[in-house]
Amino acid sequence: MSMTRDIPAPVPRRRMPQSLIAARNIVAFLTRSPTSLFGLVVLALLILVALFAPLIATHDPYAQNLQATLQPPSGTHFFGTDELGRDIFSRLVHGSRITLTIISLVTVVVGPLGLFFGTVAGYFGGKVDTVLMRITDIFLSFPSLILSLAFVAALGPSLNNAIIAIALTAWPPIARLARAETLTFRQADYIAAARLQGASSARIIWKSIVPMCLPSVTIRLTLNMATVILTAAGLGFLGLGAQPPLPEWGAMIATGRRYMIDSWWLVTFPGIAILCVSLAFNLLGDGLRDALDPKQMNKR
Amino acid sequence: MKPIIIDRLSISFGPIRVLHDVSFDVTAGECFGLVGESGSGKSTILRCASMLTDIWDGTVRIGEHDVRKMPVAERCRTVQMVFQDPYGSLHPRHSIRTALDEGLRINGFDDREARLAQAMRDVGLPVEFLDRYPHQLSGGQRQRVAIARALILEPDVLFLDEPTSALDVSVQAEVLNLLVRLQQEKGFTYLMVSHDLAVVDHMCDRFAIMQHGRIVEVLDRDAITGGGATQPYAKQLIDASLEYERAI
Repeated sequence: MSMTRDIPAPVPRRRMPQSLIAARNIVAFLTRSPTSLFGLVVLALLILVALFAPLIATHDPYAQNLQATLQPPSGTHFFGTDELGRDIFSRLVHGSRITLTIISLVTVVVGPLGLFFGTVAGYFGGKVDTVLMRITDIFLSFPSLILSLAFVAALGPSLNNAIIAIALTAWPPIARLARAETLTFRQADYIAAARLQGASSARIIWKSIVPMCLPSVTIRLTLNMATVILTAAGLGFLGLGAQPPLPEWGAMIATGRRYMIDSWWLVTFPGIAILCVSLAFNLLGDGLRDALDPKQMNKR
Repeated sequence: MKPIIIDRLSISFGPIRVLHDVSFDVTAGECFGLVGESGSGKSTILRCASMLTDIWDGTVRIGEHDVRKMPVAERCRTVQMVFQDPYGSLHPRHSIRTALDEGLRINGFDDREARLAQAMRDVGLPVEFLDRYPHQLSGGQRQRVAIARALILEPDVLFLDEPTSALDVSVQAEVLNLLVRLQQEKGFTYLMVSHDLAVVDHMCDRFAIMQHGRIVEVLDRDAITGGGATQPYAKQLIDASLEYERAI
């Protein structure tokens, strides 16, 4: 058996992908200011709680105990119990999943849709712009809650319909924003250079225009999330969103309203949860506005 | 090496006629300058001839072919342009590698890594700069990148839209020398817009003086110092420029 071993060739030092460097820089920047750090922490907490909801919850969120209704906060029920004896803490924990679902589904629909309409309208201009922007105007002219109400009334109240309704009313501002951004640099020399390189319109929009719009759209989406959460809670409160017994925060406030005078914990804790998460998104959006500066992003 | 023939090129933006039947020829391997005051239509000629604007009348032929009838891919590999402002002509979120690589990918070049390195060497930049971003470069370096982006597609004709006017005087000389060297090495045909007669004197074999969208006169380089201009406006422009040179 030979004792010689192949000396491994020195592994060429891999360049860290630019997106990773950028992401690291953004997070580092966000943690430096207390307000955006708060947003980041609350958001991380929300995601963690939603992921590990069954482990964190002390009770089954649906288990009723009519012997222990409207109990004030105590050692066994951290946030008290509601009118059916369900543990409010466990319901809040499970409710975070619903909130997170709403936020992520709305973002997934609204972001790409708004970006697509905005960049295409802005880049091509002329007739394309007119047609796309008039469609946007139609959606923009509906008050979001009213359209959601109409939509939910037509399709029946459920969480999914509420999400679709919210998404339908949330994309036009994004489209407007993306279009305005696109208009400012569609005449830029680097777009002309891309055209001279033979890039197709789709390629220019995807590779040159979308990256330029992305920071402001991300900021706008983050700031929008607070509104989305409030609209979802509002729909839940009106009985048009999540249906009982789902532990949606807005619906919890709605049912707790009747017992509010004697049992403050029924509305207070879901209210605080909604407040914290919407505030967190607002502060995070604010922090992102500074963090997404290109010079900030690509610093090494 | 391909010649450029521009014949009765005219364009209107709305009711305003910007170019009035502009005609001139550039022989293969020549550097031809376009001089004139602001708004005389110099840059518009370049934008028309490179098909960035396509609402013009007349014909532009590069080599054997009419630019209008050229397939996009062929046009890209025939004509490239270097823009005036190096701060606006590079995508702020694309690394130099991405900026240069885009053209290679689109046009299906092979051996891209070697071509990228060669392009950087051609314009006198270190190859490591490929992973930098435009904001990490100086104005002169950016303009070198813009030149690299133009020549990486191996065009025959380069349009230069005031390539040095946004740069410092010392950097201007560097970039001009680079352009002269590249022309000698690769035999480009240059069509250069400038408002600086000193630059034209340094670079161009012949130049056209423009006013209000018309060509006033086409002159040789010697006409700048030798007084060969016959048209009053051309004389005035050259005299004013020489006067200015003497003043500083």
